[in-house]
Amino acid sequence: MTEFVTPQKMAEMIPSGCKLGLAPDDYGASPRLVRMLIDRGIRDLHVVCAPIGGMQVDMLIGAGAVATLETSAVSLGEAGGAPCFSRAVRDGSIRLRDATCPAVFAGLTAAEKGVPFMPIRGIIGSDVLEKRDDWKVTSNPFDDGEQIVVVSAIQPDIALFHAPEADRFGNVRLGRRREVMLLAHASKKAFVTVERISDVSLLEDEKMAAGVLPAIYVSAVAQLQNGGWPTGLYAEYPRDGQEIEKYARAARSPEGFLAYVRDSRSAA
Amino acid sequence: MSEACTSRELMIYTISRLLKGVRHVAVGQSSPMPAAGAMLLRAINQRDGLEHVQVSILGSVKHNSFTGGAEELFDCAAQGRLDAFFLGGGQIDGQGNVNLVGTGDYPNNPVRWPGSFGSAYLYFLVPRVILFREEHSLRSLVERVDFVSAPGVTDETVYRRGGPHALLTNAALFSFEREAGRFRLESTHPGHDWRDIRGTTGFAYDNEQCEATTPSPDEATLALIRGRIREELRECYPQFAGNMPGPC
Repeated sequence: MTEFVTPQKMAEMIPSGCKLGLAPDDYGASPRLVRMLIDRGIRDLHVVCAPIGGMQVDMLIGAGAVATLETSAVSLGEAGGAPCFSRAVRDGSIRLRDATCPAVFAGLTAAEKGVPFMPIRGIIGSDVLEKRDDWKVTSNPFDDGEQIVVVSAIQPDIALFHAPEADRFGNVRLGRRREVMLLAHASKKAFVTVERISDVSLLEDEKMAAGVLPAIYVSAVAQLQNGGWPTGLYAEYPRDGQEIEKYARAARSPEGFLAYVRDSRSAA
Repeated sequence: MSEACTSRELMIYTISRLLKGVRHVAVGQSSPMPAAGAMLLRAINQRDGLEHVQVSILGSVKHNSFTGGAEELFDCAAQGRLDAFFLGGGQIDGQGNVNLVGTGDYPNNPVRWPGSFGSAYLYFLVPRVILFREEHSLRSLVERVDFVSAPGVTDETVYRRGGPHALLTNAALFSFEREAGRFRLESTHPGHDWRDIRGTTGFAYDNEQCEATTPSPDEATLALIRGRIREELRECYPQFAGNMPGPC
Protein backbone atom coordinates (compact mmCIF):
# COMPACT_ATOMS: atom_id res chain seq x y z
CA MET A 1 0.00 0.00 0.00
CA THR A 2 2.65 2.50 1.10
CA GLU A 3 5.65 2.82 -1.19
CA PHE A 4 9.07 3.21 0.41
CA VAL A 5 11.19 5.40 -1.84
CA THR A 6 14.33 7.49 -1.85
CA PRO A 7 13.91 11.24 -1.30
CA GLN A 8 14.97 11.81 -4.93
CA LYS A 9 12.26 9.44 -6.15
CA MET A 10 9.69 11.17 -3.92
CA ALA A 11 10.62 14.52 -5.43
CA GLU A 12 10.06 13.06 -8.90
CA MET A 13 6.64 11.73 -7.84
CA ILE A 14 5.34 15.25 -7.18
CA PRO A 15 4.29 16.68 -10.55
CA SER A 16 4.33 20.28 -11.69
CA GLY A 17 0.87 21.83 -11.60
CA CYS A 18 -0.43 19.83 -8.65
CA LYS A 19 -2.23 21.15 -5.61
CA LEU A 20 0.36 20.64 -2.88
CA GLY A 21 -0.54 20.83 0.81
CA LEU A 22 2.34 21.80 3.12
CA ALA A 23 2.71 21.85 6.90
CA PRO A 24 4.10 24.94 8.69
CA ASP A 25 7.78 25.41 9.49
CA ASP A 26 8.73 23.60 12.71
CA TYR A 27 5.52 21.51 12.65
CA GLY A 28 6.08 19.10 9.84
CA ALA A 29 7.65 21.25 7.14
CA SER A 30 9.93 19.26 4.85
CA PRO A 31 12.34 21.87 3.49
CA ARG A 32 15.00 19.40 2.40
CA LEU A 33 12.55 17.58 0.14
CA VAL A 34 11.26 20.95 -1.04
CA ARG A 35 14.85 21.82 -2.01
CA MET A 36 14.87 18.74 -4.22
CA LEU A 37 11.64 19.89 -5.87
CA ILE A 38 13.32 23.21 -6.61
CA ASP A 39 16.45 21.51 -7.93
CA ARG A 40 14.40 19.46 -10.35
CA GLY A 41 12.63 22.60 -11.60
CA ILE A 42 9.05 22.01 -10.44
CA ARG A 43 6.54 24.62 -11.73
CA ASP A 44 2.94 25.89 -11.54
CA LEU A 45 2.16 24.58 -8.08
CA HIS A 46 -1.00 25.46 -6.25
CA VAL A 47 0.39 25.55 -2.72
CA VAL A 48 -2.00 25.15 0.19
CA CYS A 49 -0.37 26.20 3.47
CA ALA A 50 -1.96 24.36 6.37
CA PRO A 51 -2.46 26.95 7.64
CA ILE A 52 0.66 29.13 7.24
CA GLY A 53 3.93 29.05 5.33
CA GLY A 54 7.52 29.85 6.17
CA MET A 55 10.94 29.31 4.71
CA GLN A 56 10.11 26.33 2.50
CA VAL A 57 7.19 28.20 0.92
CA ASP A 58 9.30 31.34 0.47
CA MET A 59 11.95 29.25 -1.30
CA LEU A 60 9.38 27.66 -3.61
CA ILE A 61 8.09 31.14 -4.49
CA GLY A 62 11.62 32.47 -5.01
CA ALA A 63 12.35 29.58 -7.36
CA GLY A 64 9.32 30.47 -9.48
CA ALA A 65 7.59 27.19 -8.66
CA VAL A 66 4.32 28.64 -7.33
CA ALA A 67 1.38 29.78 -9.48
CA THR A 68 -1.25 30.00 -6.73
CA LEU A 69 -0.70 30.42 -3.01
CA GLU A 70 -3.45 29.72 -0.51
CA THR A 71 -2.30 30.75 2.96
CA SER A 72 -3.14 32.58 6.17
CA ALA A 73 0.38 34.01 6.37
CA VAL A 74 3.95 33.57 5.22
CA SER A 75 6.64 34.51 7.73
CA LEU A 76 10.15 33.54 8.79
CA GLY A 77 9.26 33.95 12.47
CA GLU A 78 12.02 35.63 14.49
CA ALA A 79 13.94 36.16 11.23
CA GLY A 80 11.19 38.51 10.00
CA GLY A 81 9.18 38.79 6.80
CA ALA A 82 9.40 36.34 3.91
CA PRO A 83 11.37 38.17 1.22
CA CYS A 84 10.50 36.17 -1.92
CA PHE A 85 6.83 36.14 -0.93
CA SER A 86 6.77 39.94 -0.52
CA ARG A 87 8.50 40.38 -3.86
CA ALA A 88 6.11 38.04 -5.65
CA VAL A 89 3.13 39.90 -4.16
CA ARG A 90 4.48 43.22 -5.47
CA ASP A 91 5.26 41.79 -8.91
CA GLY A 92 1.94 40.00 -9.12
CA SER A 93 3.76 36.83 -10.11
CA ILE A 94 1.64 34.59 -7.86
CA ARG A 95 -2.12 34.33 -7.59
CA LEU A 96 -3.01 34.96 -3.96
CA ARG A 97 -5.78 33.41 -1.95
CA ASP A 98 -5.41 35.00 1.46
CA ALA A 99 -7.11 33.06 4.22
CA THR A 100 -7.40 32.92 7.99
CA CYS A 101 -6.06 29.85 9.83
CA PRO A 102 -9.31 28.31 11.09
CA ALA A 103 -10.90 28.72 7.63
CA VAL A 104 -8.11 26.62 6.13
CA PHE A 105 -8.77 24.00 8.79
CA ALA A 106 -12.51 24.21 8.08
CA GLY A 107 -11.88 23.68 4.35
CA LEU A 108 -9.62 20.72 5.06
CA THR A 109 -12.19 19.32 7.51
CA ALA A 110 -14.87 19.52 4.80
CA ALA A 111 -12.59 17.52 2.47
CA GLU A 112 -11.81 15.07 5.27
CA LYS A 113 -15.51 14.45 5.80
CA GLY A 114 -16.31 14.40 2.09
CA VAL A 115 -18.77 17.29 2.30
CA PRO A 116 -18.67 20.33 -0.02
CA PHE A 117 -18.30 23.07 2.60
CA MET A 118 -18.02 23.84 6.27
CA PRO A 119 -19.57 26.71 8.25
CA ILE A 120 -17.29 28.86 10.39
CA ARG A 121 -17.72 31.73 12.85
CA GLY A 122 -16.34 35.22 12.43
CA ILE A 123 -14.76 36.58 9.23
CA ILE A 124 -17.81 38.65 8.18
CA GLY A 125 -16.83 42.28 7.60
CA SER A 126 -13.22 41.45 6.76
CA ASP A 127 -11.57 42.08 3.41
CA VAL A 128 -10.26 38.51 3.60
CA LEU A 129 -13.84 37.40 2.91
CA GLU A 130 -14.34 40.04 0.19
CA LYS A 131 -11.42 38.64 -1.80
CA ARG A 132 -12.47 34.98 -1.67
CA ASP A 133 -14.95 33.81 -4.30
CA ASP A 134 -14.92 30.32 -2.77
CA TRP A 135 -16.21 31.55 0.59
CA LYS A 136 -19.81 32.69 0.98
CA VAL A 137 -22.08 34.22 3.58
CA THR A 138 -25.31 32.35 4.15
CA SER A 139 -28.12 32.32 6.71
CA ASN A 140 -28.03 29.76 9.43
CA PRO A 141 -30.64 27.24 8.14
CA PHE A 142 -31.82 26.79 11.74
CA ASP A 143 -31.96 30.52 12.55
CA ASP A 144 -32.71 32.97 9.72
CA GLY A 145 -31.58 35.89 11.84
CA GLU A 146 -27.96 34.79 11.82
CA GLN A 147 -25.44 35.21 9.03
CA ILE A 148 -22.58 32.73 8.85
CA VAL A 149 -19.62 32.08 6.54
CA VAL A 150 -19.21 28.81 4.65
CA VAL A 151 -15.88 27.85 3.08
CA SER A 152 -15.55 25.31 0.30
CA ALA A 153 -13.68 22.06 0.81
CA ILE A 154 -9.90 22.10 0.30
CA GLN A 155 -8.54 18.86 -1.12
CA PRO A 156 -4.85 18.93 -2.02
CA ASP A 157 -3.65 16.39 -4.58
CA ILE A 158 -0.64 15.67 -2.42
CA ALA A 159 0.21 16.50 1.18
CA LEU A 160 3.95 16.66 1.78
CA PHE A 161 5.32 16.76 5.31
CA HIS A 162 8.11 15.61 7.56
CA ALA A 163 7.54 13.46 10.66
CA PRO A 164 9.71 11.92 13.37
CA GLU A 165 8.99 8.30 12.57
CA ALA A 166 7.28 5.80 10.28
CA ASP A 167 7.14 2.03 10.64
CA ARG A 168 7.86 -0.45 7.87
CA PHE A 169 4.10 -0.80 7.29
CA GLY A 170 3.69 2.86 6.38
CA ASN A 171 2.14 4.13 9.62
CA VAL A 172 3.48 7.54 10.62
CA ARG A 173 3.76 8.96 14.14
CA LEU A 174 2.57 12.58 14.36
CA GLY A 175 1.89 12.77 18.09
CA ARG A 176 0.08 15.94 19.03
CA ARG A 177 0.34 17.51 15.58
CA ARG A 178 -3.25 16.73 14.68
CA GLU A 179 -3.36 19.51 12.08
CA VAL A 180 -0.86 17.48 10.03
CA MET A 181 -3.15 14.47 10.47
CA LEU A 182 -6.03 16.62 9.19
CA LEU A 183 -3.98 17.68 6.18
CA ALA A 184 -3.22 14.04 5.40
CA HIS A 185 -6.85 12.97 5.82
CA ALA A 186 -8.03 15.76 3.51
CA SER A 187 -5.50 15.17 0.72
CA LYS A 188 -5.75 12.57 -2.04
CA LYS A 189 -2.27 11.31 -1.20
CA ALA A 190 0.23 11.91 1.58
CA PHE A 191 3.99 11.83 0.94
CA VAL A 192 5.98 11.76 4.14
CA THR A 193 9.68 12.20 4.85
CA VAL A 194 10.78 10.79 8.21
CA GLU A 195 13.77 10.84 10.52
CA ARG A 196 13.71 7.08 11.07
CA ILE A 197 11.82 3.92 10.15
CA SER A 198 10.83 1.48 12.87
CA ASP A 199 10.65 -2.29 12.37
CA VAL A 200 7.93 -2.54 14.98
CA SER A 201 4.40 -1.39 14.12
CA LEU A 202 3.61 1.99 15.66
CA LEU A 203 0.05 0.79 16.18
CA GLU A 204 1.12 -1.95 18.58
CA ASP A 205 1.58 0.41 21.50
CA GLU A 206 -1.87 1.59 22.58
CA LYS A 207 -0.31 4.61 24.32
CA MET A 208 1.03 5.84 21.02
CA ALA A 209 -1.59 4.65 18.53
CA ALA A 210 -3.90 7.68 18.76
CA GLY A 211 -1.07 9.90 17.53
CA VAL A 212 -0.33 7.71 14.52
CA LEU A 213 -1.47 8.39 10.97
CA PRO A 214 -2.41 4.96 9.61
CA ALA A 215 -0.84 3.73 6.38
CA ILE A 216 -4.29 3.91 4.70
CA TYR A 217 -3.54 7.58 4.02
CA VAL A 218 0.17 7.32 3.35
CA SER A 219 1.15 6.83 -0.30
CA ALA A 220 4.89 7.14 0.08
CA VAL A 221 7.54 7.34 2.80
CA ALA A 222 11.16 8.41 2.35
CA GLN A 223 13.75 8.41 5.09
CA LEU A 224 15.44 11.80 5.20
CA GLN A 225 17.35 12.54 8.36
CA ASN A 226 17.20 16.14 9.51
CA GLY A 227 14.52 16.64 6.84
CA GLY A 228 13.01 19.54 8.76
CA TRP A 229 16.27 21.53 8.69
CA PRO A 230 16.80 24.44 8.82
CA THR A 231 13.33 24.74 10.35
CA GLY A 232 12.61 22.58 13.38
CA LEU A 233 10.66 19.42 13.98
CA TYR A 234 8.16 19.54 16.83
CA ALA A 235 9.48 17.93 20.03
CA GLU A 236 12.53 16.57 18.12
CA TYR A 237 14.82 19.47 17.27
CA PRO A 238 14.59 23.28 17.27
CA ARG A 239 14.98 25.46 14.21
CA ASP A 240 18.43 26.58 13.17
CA GLY A 241 17.84 30.28 13.75
CA GLN A 242 21.22 31.31 12.35
CA GLU A 243 20.65 29.51 9.08
CA ILE A 244 17.19 31.04 8.68
CA GLU A 245 18.69 34.50 9.41
CA LYS A 246 21.29 33.78 6.77
CA TYR A 247 18.55 32.88 4.31
CA ALA A 248 16.52 35.97 5.23
CA ARG A 249 19.50 38.22 4.51
CA ALA A 250 20.43 36.48 1.28
CA ALA A 251 16.90 36.37 -0.14
CA ARG A 252 16.44 40.14 0.13
CA SER A 253 17.50 40.28 -3.52
CA PRO A 254 16.65 37.79 -6.30
CA GLU A 255 20.38 37.36 -6.95
CA GLY A 256 21.04 36.67 -3.27
CA PHE A 257 18.26 34.10 -3.25
CA LEU A 258 19.70 32.29 -6.26
CA ALA A 259 23.17 32.32 -4.70
CA TYR A 260 21.77 30.88 -1.45
CA VAL A 261 20.00 28.07 -3.27
CA ARG A 262 23.10 27.32 -5.37
CA ASP A 263 25.47 27.29 -2.38
CA SER A 264 23.23 25.34 -0.05
CA ARG A 265 22.79 22.68 -2.74
CA SER A 266 26.52 22.07 -2.91
CA ALA A 267 26.62 21.83 0.90
CA ALA A 268 23.80 19.29 1.08
CA MET B 1 19.67 49.06 42.98
CA SER B 2 18.92 47.19 39.74
CA GLU B 3 18.92 48.61 36.25
CA ALA B 4 15.85 50.81 35.59
CA CYS B 5 12.76 49.23 34.02
CA THR B 6 13.09 49.15 30.23
CA SER B 7 10.32 50.13 27.83
CA ARG B 8 9.78 46.46 26.97
CA GLU B 9 9.57 45.46 30.62
CA LEU B 10 6.96 48.16 31.18
CA MET B 11 4.92 46.72 28.29
CA ILE B 12 5.29 43.17 29.60
CA TYR B 13 4.07 44.33 33.01
CA THR B 14 1.21 46.28 31.44
CA ILE B 15 0.12 43.20 29.50
CA SER B 16 0.01 41.23 32.74
CA ARG B 17 -2.22 43.93 34.25
CA LEU B 18 -4.55 43.86 31.24
CA LEU B 19 -4.90 40.10 31.66
CA LYS B 20 -5.89 40.26 35.32
CA GLY B 21 -8.79 37.88 36.02
CA VAL B 22 -8.48 35.67 32.93
CA ARG B 23 -8.55 31.89 33.34
CA HIS B 24 -7.08 31.00 29.95
CA VAL B 25 -4.93 33.16 27.73
CA ALA B 26 -3.38 32.09 24.43
CA VAL B 27 -0.48 33.72 22.63
CA GLY B 28 0.16 33.38 18.89
CA GLN B 29 3.43 32.82 17.05
CA SER B 30 6.10 35.53 16.94
CA SER B 31 4.76 37.32 20.03
CA PRO B 32 7.48 37.37 22.69
CA MET B 33 6.13 40.28 24.73
CA PRO B 34 2.54 39.02 24.95
CA ALA B 35 3.99 35.61 25.88
CA ALA B 36 6.06 37.27 28.59
CA GLY B 37 3.05 39.22 29.89
CA ALA B 38 0.93 36.08 30.11
CA MET B 39 3.74 34.16 31.82
CA LEU B 40 4.16 37.06 34.25
CA LEU B 41 0.50 37.00 35.27
CA ARG B 42 0.77 33.24 35.80
CA ALA B 43 3.88 33.71 37.94
CA ILE B 44 2.39 36.57 39.98
CA ASN B 45 -0.81 34.65 40.66
CA GLN B 46 1.19 31.60 41.67
CA ARG B 47 3.39 33.69 43.96
CA ASP B 48 0.42 35.41 45.58
CA GLY B 49 -1.71 32.26 45.91
CA LEU B 50 -4.31 33.56 43.44
CA GLU B 51 -6.23 31.48 40.86
CA HIS B 52 -4.30 29.41 38.34
CA VAL B 53 -3.91 30.95 34.88
CA GLN B 54 -3.79 28.58 31.92
CA VAL B 55 -1.26 29.93 29.42
CA SER B 56 -1.16 28.44 25.92
CA ILE B 57 1.87 29.61 23.97
CA LEU B 58 1.68 28.56 20.33
CA GLY B 59 5.05 27.29 19.21
CA SER B 60 5.93 26.02 22.68
CA VAL B 61 6.19 22.41 23.76
CA LYS B 62 6.40 23.23 27.49
CA HIS B 63 3.80 25.98 27.72
CA ASN B 64 1.04 24.46 25.61
CA SER B 65 -1.21 21.61 26.67
CA PHE B 66 -3.27 21.29 23.46
CA THR B 67 -3.26 17.75 22.10
CA GLY B 68 -5.68 18.39 19.23
CA GLY B 69 -3.25 20.23 16.97
CA ALA B 70 -3.47 23.84 15.86
CA GLU B 71 -7.25 23.59 15.37
CA GLU B 72 -7.81 23.14 19.08
CA LEU B 73 -7.08 26.80 19.87
CA PHE B 74 -9.80 27.86 17.43
CA ASP B 75 -12.26 25.30 18.75
CA CYS B 76 -11.54 26.45 22.31
CA ALA B 77 -12.23 30.04 21.27
CA ALA B 78 -15.51 29.09 19.57
CA GLN B 79 -16.69 27.37 22.74
CA GLY B 80 -15.82 30.24 25.04
CA ARG B 81 -12.91 28.40 26.66
CA LEU B 82 -10.44 31.14 25.84
CA ASP B 83 -10.60 34.49 27.63
CA ALA B 84 -7.79 36.49 26.06
CA PHE B 85 -5.62 36.63 22.96
CA PHE B 86 -3.31 39.14 21.26
CA LEU B 87 -3.30 40.64 17.82
CA GLY B 88 -0.64 42.85 16.31
CA GLY B 89 -1.20 44.67 13.10
CA GLY B 90 0.85 46.63 10.63
CA GLN B 91 -2.01 49.10 10.78
CA ILE B 92 -4.69 49.59 13.44
CA ASP B 93 -7.42 52.17 12.95
CA GLY B 94 -9.72 54.18 15.20
CA GLN B 95 -12.61 51.71 14.79
CA GLY B 96 -10.41 48.86 16.00
CA ASN B 97 -9.92 47.39 12.51
CA VAL B 98 -6.69 45.47 12.15
CA ASN B 99 -4.57 45.09 9.00
CA LEU B 100 -2.04 42.27 8.94
CA VAL B 101 -1.85 42.04 5.14
CA GLY B 102 -0.17 45.14 3.78
CA THR B 103 -0.33 48.78 2.69
CA GLY B 104 -1.79 50.04 -0.56
CA ASP B 105 -4.08 48.07 -2.86
CA TYR B 106 -4.62 44.34 -2.58
CA PRO B 107 -3.44 41.95 -4.02
CA ASN B 108 -0.22 43.61 -5.24
CA ASN B 109 0.48 45.50 -2.03
CA PRO B 110 3.69 47.54 -2.28
CA VAL B 111 4.39 46.62 1.34
CA ARG B 112 3.21 43.14 2.19
CA TRP B 113 3.11 41.70 5.73
CA PRO B 114 2.82 38.00 6.59
CA GLY B 115 -0.98 37.75 6.53
CA SER B 116 -4.11 37.62 8.64
CA PHE B 117 -3.29 34.44 10.63
CA GLY B 118 -6.30 33.64 12.86
CA SER B 119 -7.34 37.27 13.38
CA ALA B 120 -10.48 37.30 11.19
CA TYR B 121 -11.92 34.59 13.43
CA LEU B 122 -10.51 35.06 16.93
CA TYR B 123 -11.44 38.76 17.00
CA PHE B 124 -15.09 37.67 17.03
CA LEU B 125 -14.81 34.97 19.66
CA VAL B 126 -12.24 35.92 22.29
CA PRO B 127 -13.71 38.37 24.85
CA ARG B 128 -10.46 40.18 25.64
CA VAL B 129 -8.35 40.74 22.54
CA ILE B 130 -5.37 42.92 23.35
CA LEU B 131 -3.98 44.85 20.40
CA PHE B 132 -0.27 45.07 20.77
CA ARG B 133 1.86 47.18 18.47
CA GLU B 134 5.22 48.46 19.68
CA GLU B 135 5.50 51.20 17.08
CA HIS B 136 3.35 54.21 17.96
CA SER B 137 3.30 56.32 14.80
CA LEU B 138 1.09 57.88 12.18
CA ARG B 139 1.96 55.00 9.91
CA SER B 140 0.90 52.24 12.33
CA LEU B 141 -2.11 53.94 13.99
CA VAL B 142 -4.16 55.19 11.06
CA GLU B 143 -7.57 56.71 10.44
CA ARG B 144 -8.59 53.83 8.16
CA VAL B 145 -6.68 50.61 7.49
CA ASP B 146 -5.83 49.76 3.86
CA PHE B 147 -7.05 46.18 4.32
CA VAL B 148 -9.36 44.79 7.01
CA SER B 149 -7.92 41.51 8.24
CA ALA B 150 -10.33 41.63 11.16
CA PRO B 151 -13.04 44.23 11.80
CA GLY B 152 -13.28 45.99 15.18
CA VAL B 153 -17.07 46.13 15.30
CA THR B 154 -19.90 44.14 13.70
CA ASP B 155 -23.67 44.49 13.33
CA GLU B 156 -26.08 42.33 15.32
CA THR B 157 -26.76 39.79 12.53
CA VAL B 158 -23.32 38.31 13.13
CA TYR B 159 -22.42 36.19 16.14
CA ARG B 160 -19.84 38.06 18.14
CA ARG B 161 -18.80 37.88 21.76
CA GLY B 162 -15.21 38.99 21.33
CA GLY B 163 -13.31 42.00 20.16
CA PRO B 164 -10.76 44.66 21.02
CA HIS B 165 -10.21 45.25 24.73
CA ALA B 166 -7.13 47.49 24.75
CA LEU B 167 -4.40 48.84 22.52
CA LEU B 168 -0.87 48.90 23.91
CA THR B 169 2.09 50.58 22.17
CA ASN B 170 5.56 51.59 23.34
CA ALA B 171 4.16 55.04 24.21
CA ALA B 172 0.63 54.63 25.56
CA LEU B 173 -2.28 52.46 26.63
CA PHE B 174 -5.80 52.83 25.22
CA SER B 175 -8.97 50.99 26.12
CA PHE B 176 -11.63 50.22 23.49
CA GLU B 177 -15.21 51.35 24.00
CA ARG B 178 -17.28 48.75 22.17
CA GLU B 179 -20.54 50.69 22.20
CA ALA B 180 -18.96 53.77 20.68
CA GLY B 181 -16.50 51.81 18.55
CA ARG B 182 -13.67 54.12 19.64
CA PHE B 183 -10.47 54.04 21.64
CA ARG B 184 -9.96 55.95 24.88
CA LEU B 185 -6.52 57.04 26.06
CA GLU B 186 -5.94 55.49 29.49
CA SER B 187 -2.33 56.42 30.23
CA THR B 188 0.94 57.48 28.65
CA HIS B 189 4.18 55.66 29.40
CA PRO B 190 6.95 57.42 31.37
CA GLY B 191 8.75 59.85 29.05
CA HIS B 192 5.62 60.56 26.95
CA ASP B 193 2.74 62.98 27.50
CA TRP B 194 -0.70 63.33 25.94
CA ARG B 195 0.56 65.91 23.41
CA ASP B 196 3.11 63.43 22.00
CA ILE B 197 0.39 60.83 21.74
CA ARG B 198 -1.99 63.18 19.93
CA GLY B 199 0.77 64.01 17.48
CA THR B 200 1.69 60.42 16.71
CA THR B 201 -1.79 58.85 16.59
CA GLY B 202 -3.54 58.93 13.23
CA PHE B 203 -7.09 58.46 14.51
CA ALA B 204 -9.52 60.30 16.80
CA TYR B 205 -9.98 58.94 20.34
CA ASP B 206 -11.51 59.94 23.65
CA ASN B 207 -9.81 61.43 26.73
CA GLU B 208 -7.14 63.13 24.61
CA GLN B 209 -5.73 65.24 27.44
CA CYS B 210 -5.03 62.24 29.65
CA GLU B 211 -2.56 63.00 32.46
CA ALA B 212 -2.27 59.46 33.85
CA THR B 213 1.09 57.68 33.64
CA THR B 214 1.31 53.94 32.99
CA PRO B 215 2.46 52.33 36.25
CA SER B 216 5.87 50.61 36.31
CA PRO B 217 6.50 47.23 37.94
CA ASP B 218 7.86 47.16 41.50
CA GLU B 219 11.28 45.64 42.27
CA ALA B 220 9.88 42.18 43.02
CA THR B 221 7.92 42.05 39.75
CA LEU B 222 10.91 43.32 37.79
CA ALA B 223 13.02 40.58 39.35
CA LEU B 224 10.42 38.04 38.27
CA ILE B 225 10.58 39.32 34.66
CA ARG B 226 14.39 39.21 34.65
CA GLY B 227 14.56 35.80 36.26
CA ARG B 228 11.76 33.29 35.78
CA ILE B 229 10.04 34.93 32.79
CA ARG B 230 13.27 35.41 30.87
CA GLU B 231 14.08 31.73 31.37
CA GLU B 232 10.57 30.60 30.37
CA LEU B 233 10.78 32.68 27.19
CA ARG B 234 14.06 31.08 26.12
CA GLU B 235 12.43 27.98 24.66
CA CYS B 236 10.45 29.83 21.98
CA TYR B 237 12.20 33.18 21.83
CA PRO B 238 15.91 32.63 22.43
CA GLN B 239 16.98 35.83 20.68
CA PHE B 240 14.44 38.01 22.48
CA ALA B 241 15.26 36.48 25.86
CA GLY B 242 18.96 36.91 25.22
CA ASN B 243 18.45 40.65 24.71
CA MET B 244 16.51 41.13 27.94
CA PRO B 245 18.26 42.37 31.08
CA GLY B 246 19.11 39.41 33.31
CA PRO B 247 19.01 38.95 37.07
CA CYS B 248 21.24 41.39 38.97
